Amino acid sequence: MKMKKPDYLYVTYIATTPEKAWQALVDADMMRQWWVDPNAGCARVNVSDWQPGSRWEHRRVDAAATVDIVGKVVESNRPSRLVITWARPADAEDAAKHSRVAFDIEPYSDGLIRLTVTHDQLEHDPQMLEGISGGWPKVLSNLKTFLETGRALPKSASAS
Amino acid sequence: MDIDKVFKALADPSRRRLLDQLHRESGQTLTALCEHMDMSRQAVTQHLQQLEGANLVATVWQGREKLHYLNPVPLQEIYERWIGKFESKRLGALHKLKNQLEGDEDEKT
Repeated sequence: MKMKKPDYLYVTYIATTPEKAWQALVDADMMRQWWVDPNAGCARVNVSDWQPGSRWEHRRVDAAATVDIVGKVVESNRPSRLVITWARPADAEDAAKHSRVAFDIEPYSDGLIRLTVTHDQLEHDPQMLEGISGGWPKVLSNLKTFLETGRALPKSASAS
Repeated sequence: MDIDKVFKALADPSRRRLLDQLHRESGQTLTALCEHMDMSRQAVTQHLQQLEGANLVATVWQGREKLHYLNPVPLQEIYERWIGKFESKRLGALHKLKNQLEGDEDEKT
């Protein structure tokens, strides 16, 4: 099988354990403290039971709980690898329009973990490609701050 | 990750040129990157190693090809530490101004 090269590859080193990093990625109560979308002005959470084949939703933490992204859980191998598909809610049933995100968590030296986020199969969707290129670095930097300091992001960060 | 490594990696114009190339097109091989660099393959390899050591470049193997990606996460951390906090003060001042102006508006109606 000829693999397409990933559209995006992001790496961050975080002073934490694989288990804590995994928890931060799947637990909505933790996620609302660090997943802040710079354009939306409110926190976001990913909600699912994280079983392979299950649906997941990327929801805004506000009164309307708007769902911006949906997808399926492809692979869920706690605490080292989570693979999900990624699509607009209107394309939920059209697998051809889903892109794919993989989170790989590996132990690194000196009490660090290496978190790799790979986003691929985006070639059909230049608009999503554009939106994502600004989004992941911010989100990963927030995750690192949250895991290393235990601090939730200040409210003001969500307004910037 | 050591932030000194990030600043050191950014201090060299050839390495910045490599990052610019990866920004234009992500997932390039060493051979593709060498085409635009006026230096030996070995020198480009060394620059890439330094960028990878600073986590500014991330790599993935695909078959026998090593693909290079610009990894902007350390730059985001620098932004948040050195720019974001100043900007948030400015935003705070703007917020105050907005409240004052909207307060005036209320008095008129």
